[in-house]
Amino acid sequence: MHDIAQAASNFINLDIMNITYLFIVGFVGGLVSGFIGSGGAFVLTPAMMSLGVPGLVAVASNMCHKFPKALIGAIKRAKYGQVDVKLGIVLGISAESGVLYGAHIQENIKKAFGDAGSNLYVSVAFVVILAVVGSFVLRDAWKTYKSGNTHEEEKITKLARWVQSINIPGTMVYFKSLNARISVLFTIPLGFATGMLAATIAVGGFIGVPSMIYVLGAPSLMASASELVIAFVMGLGGSFKYAMHGLVDIRLAMIILAGSLFGIQLGAIGTTYVKPFMIKVVMGVIMVIVLFSRGLMVPVYLSQLGLIQTLNEGTVKLLKNTSFAIMALALLLGAFIVLRAMWQGRRAEQKAAEEALGHVKA
Amino acid sequence: MSEHNKNVKKKPYGKMVFMGIISIALYATLLSKQDVLNDYFGRGGLYAILPIATAFLFSFIHGLFTGHFWTVMGIEAAKKKKEVR
Repeated sequence: MHDIAQAASNFINLDIMNITYLFIVGFVGGLVSGFIGSGGAFVLTPAMMSLGVPGLVAVASNMCHKFPKALIGAIKRAKYGQVDVKLGIVLGISAESGVLYGAHIQENIKKAFGDAGSNLYVSVAFVVILAVVGSFVLRDAWKTYKSGNTHEEEKITKLARWVQSINIPGTMVYFKSLNARISVLFTIPLGFATGMLAATIAVGGFIGVPSMIYVLGAPSLMASASELVIAFVMGLGGSFKYAMHGLVDIRLAMIILAGSLFGIQLGAIGTTYVKPFMIKVVMGVIMVIVLFSRGLMVPVYLSQLGLIQTLNEGTVKLLKNTSFAIMALALLLGAFIVLRAMWQGRRAEQKAAEEALGHVKA
Repeated sequence: MSEHNKNVKKKPYGKMVFMGIISIALYATLLSKQDVLNDYFGRGGLYAILPIATAFLFSFIHGLFTGHFWTVMGIEAAKKKKEVR
């Protein structure tokens, strides 16, 4: 606890450059979150740490900007009829317990193997989960694109059809996004896994959104919008926990929030212009690129643990910088795809409106 | 012509400016009183309510401002309501 209080006293000095940097990173993170329901945190936390913010304060401050951001995003997307509040809350509550359990595992690994062990665990979790889920999501988006059925409504998977067909009396709940009753015995482990991932790699949505789409059968737009409700529930509980230990640097959290609220509103608006499979494209692309970024760091941690030959300082620095640059690239590319898709959607709408006006005049 | 005018919604300039001023005032307070805020907000325990309440307040005010900002910039949701299923 003393260490924690010590960390809290390490709140950094802010100058105009730091503020601008955090505002911009917040904006890009918010833009992606508004569109796919999560993301951004994996760049924000290291971005804060690069300014000299202690790791725990960075995680806590990120969490404290995440829940208000998710709240605003969820309200905006609810206006477009995309949010299933009940599904978000049900998954969010089980995600909260997943966060606590995930944090507990992290603490134990840190105690047993130190910082390098903990970092290795996080990186391996990143690589394995993003490789499996990310490639699946991207492949699915690619198949939809190749088939030319991007305008058609999304078909639910066989797995989701099976989940929706199981009736376990006393556990069935109706969810509007699924237009079906499903057993909460299916939602609890999915929420738990989302929370565990959030506690491990800070982005629970990489499990939450795909599981809502492929396991429960929710449309992509509703899954990504309902993820914002999960993020709000998880973020609020997590922030309170960190704030109880005095770890939240409210200045950092609110400056990032300043940028991310511009971004999340724009990302949410963007979802009304694009075809649903674009959610999968953005999510899949980010996941696969981030996977390479974290993969680069695995040798660094292996060497720190003495499991492979020790790497020289120059190589470690190069790997760290390249890893961060790739991670930033993932977020920027995601933001670029969102803005481009939105731009094209707006152009198409304007063209259609002009044509309609032309017909009326004729 | 009158039909066309009906479709042009009035942009919320006044609301945007009003919420923008409050938002700027909040951020000015946050940055000018950093030492006092860090002291209280970093105490932990029941003081945890302070950062949480602040986050809600900022998200409400700044959220309204950013919403009006994009509307004023002419960036709004697609006119045709998207069918999500």
